[in-house]
Amino acid sequence: MAELTRDAVEHLARLARIDLDESELNRMVGELGVILESVATVQQAPTEAVTPMSHPMPLVNVTRPDQIRPSLTPQEALAGAPESDAQRFSVPRILDED
Amino acid sequence: MTDLTRASAAELADLMARGETTSREITTALLERTEAVDGAVHSYLHVDRDGALATADAVDRRRAAGETLHALAGVPIAVKDVMTTTGLPTTCGSRILQGWVPPYDATVVARIKAAGLPILGKTNMDEFAMGSSTEHSAYGPSHNPWDLDRIPGGSGGGSSSVLASFQAPLATGTDTGGSIRQPAAVTGTVGTKPTYGGVSRYGLIALASSLDQAGPCARTVLDTAMLHELMAGHDPLDSTSIDAPVPPIVEAARRADVRGMRIGIVRELTGEGFQAGVQQRFDEAVQHLVDAGAEVVEVSCPSFTYALATYYLILPSEASSNLAKFDAMRYGLRVAPRDVDDPSAEQVMAATRDAGFGDEVKRRIILGTYALSSGYYDAYYGSAQKVRRLIADDFASAFERADVLVSPTAPTTAFRLGAKIDDPLAMYLNDIATIPANLAGIPGMSVPSGLADEDGLPAGFQILAPAMADDRLYAVGAALEQRLHAVWGGPLLDRIPDLLASAPTTPMATPHADATTKGA
Repeated sequence: MAELTRDAVEHLARLARIDLDESELNRMVGELGVILESVATVQQAPTEAVTPMSHPMPLVNVTRPDQIRPSLTPQEALAGAPESDAQRFSVPRILDED
Repeated sequence: MTDLTRASAAELADLMARGETTSREITTALLERTEAVDGAVHSYLHVDRDGALATADAVDRRRAAGETLHALAGVPIAVKDVMTTTGLPTTCGSRILQGWVPPYDATVVARIKAAGLPILGKTNMDEFAMGSSTEHSAYGPSHNPWDLDRIPGGSGGGSSSVLASFQAPLATGTDTGGSIRQPAAVTGTVGTKPTYGGVSRYGLIALASSLDQAGPCARTVLDTAMLHELMAGHDPLDSTSIDAPVPPIVEAARRADVRGMRIGIVRELTGEGFQAGVQQRFDEAVQHLVDAGAEVVEVSCPSFTYALATYYLILPSEASSNLAKFDAMRYGLRVAPRDVDDPSAEQVMAATRDAGFGDEVKRRIILGTYALSSGYYDAYYGSAQKVRRLIADDFASAFERADVLVSPTAPTTAFRLGAKIDDPLAMYLNDIATIPANLAGIPGMSVPSGLADEDGLPAGFQILAPAMADDRLYAVGAALEQRLHAVWGGPLLDRIPDLLASAPTTPMATPHADATTKGA
């Protein structure tokens, strides 16, 4: 079984967009290692030729009638925004400036 | 004179129908009870006194005008903070949603409002429903009304404790791995996780979408059935909602008939690992059902030994994806990283998620990210999906031999606050008996089975039925409740210690960081 190294956890946290500090990272490495060892037992189950199950109900392509109904007003949609400007969400820069 | 805070929802509905009380009187009595006890119990994150009284008055006026009302109209209810409520804060127990007031109602909430139930407030929960104790709530834990030093279960410990402390006769819950059933078990209350798709998930802040299911919480089996019926039914806004009639659950609860029913005891969910007093109450409950005319068979579900591991791969995987939407851009918290001039959106996102999520949420997001990452997907998430199928197959075989399956709901009675908070795996083990039902999508219920001898705390009896056969839960639950009430001389909650006798006269030593202000 793959060992969960400190570098690996740091990488995963970056993928998950969580800026863990040093002490969080150190604690997480130990805790996740224990949890991972436990959940890895699924690999011992007799799963040869078993079809994976993603969902409890065998439903496919569920649609509803394409009817026009009221949606949120711009004011409602923006009501919880940390920052907004001219009926739009205002966000930090997404590109480097150089 | 009936104590309006202790009466069941069905009794309150009858009293109002007969003109012996009003929704305002009931709502006022419950709000007063909250004033008196919730400083110690901490069931609520937010109390909506004005909104509840306004609804109560409106229903009283409609009743006085002779309108035909829903059977539960005017009966107050507490709503778990995972469900969106227009005009009321919805935090899901998380710092990242502190103060968020959603612009829309969950379908369940819309149905509650349409039926005229005053919403008393929003109940506490583990952050994003991750936990079995409410200790992972960003706003401080709820306390078990049987013993304030103990957990009320989780994630729905706000809903279970609100019922057991007589602050509300009804509450909503959601159950992803036991979050309705385990809190019910440790507080001597009743709770049902319906068949997956039986109740709309629209407007529920998703934890793991293939496992999440909303359901009813109450103090009696009949009340639970009545609330279940109100919540259930097809919703075009949830593509996984079942487009079929709701099973006859209220009728089943009223008939309480188990004659000829085959009750299957799941070998893997009894005995070793279960507290002696919990097991003892379970064995007695089974005997009561036999006395009521049921037949007992023993069944084996060998794949259940992998259920916990399967669940703790599937849940984090789905959660890591669902919680990606908390990105500090459109709603919720936004925190700037320290020591960065002109930070980028990505840096703000990462700083916000670090500040806004608690430890358990971070653990599960990172575990899920790992299980889904390239190179590990087949070994972890892929394997878990296959074992999930084996577990569903085990249920299918068991239901060929039994009409319902039974087990203790949780392996132990309520443990002490703080006892497992630093040991994630020990915390996960509380859900060992409830998780298989979520993986397979079948319905389950917990009803009180009595008090364990060794600690005098409530134990729960779990009933599981095939998908779409939710009515069987109520037949068995009601039959057991009837017999146990006869033995006990009344409901188990009659034996709960008087909170007003034990409640501290000064505010709690550790102040709760409330999401919003309490009261009006």
